[in-house]
Amino acid sequence: MIEMRDVGFGYHGQDELLSGMTLTLQPGMFHFLTGPSGSGKTTLLRLCFADLLPSSGQMTAFGQDMRALSRDDIADLRRRVGVVHQDPQFLDHLPVAENVALPLTIAGEAVDMEALRDLLGWVQLTHHARALPPSLSGGERQRAALARAVILSPDLVLADEPTGNLDWEMSMRLMQLLIELNKSGKTVLVATHDLNLIRATKAQVTARVLRITGGSLHLAGADL
Amino acid sequence: MSARMNIGSLWQGLMGDKGGAGDRIVPPTGFTAQLTLFSAGAMAFLAVFALALALATGRLADRWSSELAGSVTVRVSAPAADQDALAQAAMTILQTTPGTGTPRLLPPEDVATLLEPWFGPDMPVDALPVPALIDLPVDAGFDTEGLRLRLEAEVPGAVLDDHTEWRRPLVTAANRLRMLGIVSLLLIGAASAAMITLAAKAALAANVQVIRVLRLIGARDLTIATAFVRRFTRRAAMGSAVGTLAGMAGIAILPDTSAAGGFMTGLGFQGWDWLLPLTIPLIAAVVGFAATRWAALNMLEAVR
Repeated sequence: MIEMRDVGFGYHGQDELLSGMTLTLQPGMFHFLTGPSGSGKTTLLRLCFADLLPSSGQMTAFGQDMRALSRDDIADLRRRVGVVHQDPQFLDHLPVAENVALPLTIAGEAVDMEALRDLLGWVQLTHHARALPPSLSGGERQRAALARAVILSPDLVLADEPTGNLDWEMSMRLMQLLIELNKSGKTVLVATHDLNLIRATKAQVTARVLRITGGSLHLAGADL
Repeated sequence: MSARMNIGSLWQGLMGDKGGAGDRIVPPTGFTAQLTLFSAGAMAFLAVFALALALATGRLADRWSSELAGSVTVRVSAPAADQDALAQAAMTILQTTPGTGTPRLLPPEDVATLLEPWFGPDMPVDALPVPALIDLPVDAGFDTEGLRLRLEAEVPGAVLDDHTEWRRPLVTAANRLRMLGIVSLLLIGAASAAMITLAAKAALAANVQVIRVLRLIGARDLTIATAFVRRFTRRAAMGSAVGTLAGMAGIAILPDTSAAGGFMTGLGFQGWDWLLPLTIPLIAAVVGFAATRWAALNMLEAVR
């Protein structure tokens, strides 16, 4: 799925933020990526959907060398990798339902209205289907972003601090959705610095916890 | 980049009926929409007049050229006592010259009519030492120089005027006017392309966040570009269609060519010429397509 071998990355003119990263995302597994703020969690996630390219090492996604991807290849990769950002962006002029269906629209696929209704029901946004994104609360935006991320039934779902702006109850509702996705066979990688969230999730699903410290990646121990 | 974004796919995206949902990914942009519509309309309006100018001056050049080239004039200047005899001698030569029609010695009334603009209707032309004038229709390729030499040798005082002196500057002027019309059309096309490019760039820059979102959820450059290109192509076509119709209406209400004659009244379309302005909206659409495509490709390159 996603494989990194000794991957390094540094922003322009700066020292490497990440170095010697070796990682294999196991298909069907729930992964957490944790570490202090500024440790490179978001950067590592951005490498996974080709928003950034590694400066060194070897990285493949679904068997393709990330550095050899054309712009169309990147677009195709992003249809196989659903992403939920900490501050998800929408097309504010389109209703929530159209935003959620957007990946289908741009892929030129027909929108199955019944499936779309089911998806909105799953994220509890049925009543907001015709609302415009700016009118949604933080939790609703995250759930809408999750629905949009999974509408193409991607192999991998990435979530970057998805609960960063949510209260505990909302956070757990969102995590519940991610757990359900994982139980349906999707590979999930959630970046978060919230250890309580990780513990609460691990109580419900087997999860692999990866920790970034000092620019390197380690498998976290049972102390979590 | 351009190879990936092939014209065929883009054209299919433009003309296909699946554009409805795709078009909606671009937010409505009032300012750039109005700017594109207005500039396309104004340019099309001007293009109609430039086209009319080019066509009218072309017709004028052809007419002046053919009218004056279709005949020559022989002027016989001699003392009054000899003039008739010399004129008849010239007529005899002209009647036997190959490549010519029937020569016609202008009667005094016709000569008076020719001189009327200069001397007025009451001038006694008979009292003036006016040369005899012979109008001679000639075929294309007629040997002017041969006839001139023969007249010089056999009819003293006879001068052959093939109207070159008059014709050349008139035709040159008309051809330059025609060129001016064509250059105007080209400039209008270039200015339209520039304005549509600017409007498209403004729209793209205003929607960089939209483009970023679309890229992040897996939109290909072709999909994003098509949404913008389609919108601007339609605006360019619609605006220029309105401008073209307004321009054609303006040309249609110009005074009729037969009303007063002259150049200005000839500024219009004749017959099938009326179909030519109808190509302006099509050309505007092509210009809008190319300009927006260029702007979109450049913009998208900067968004990962």
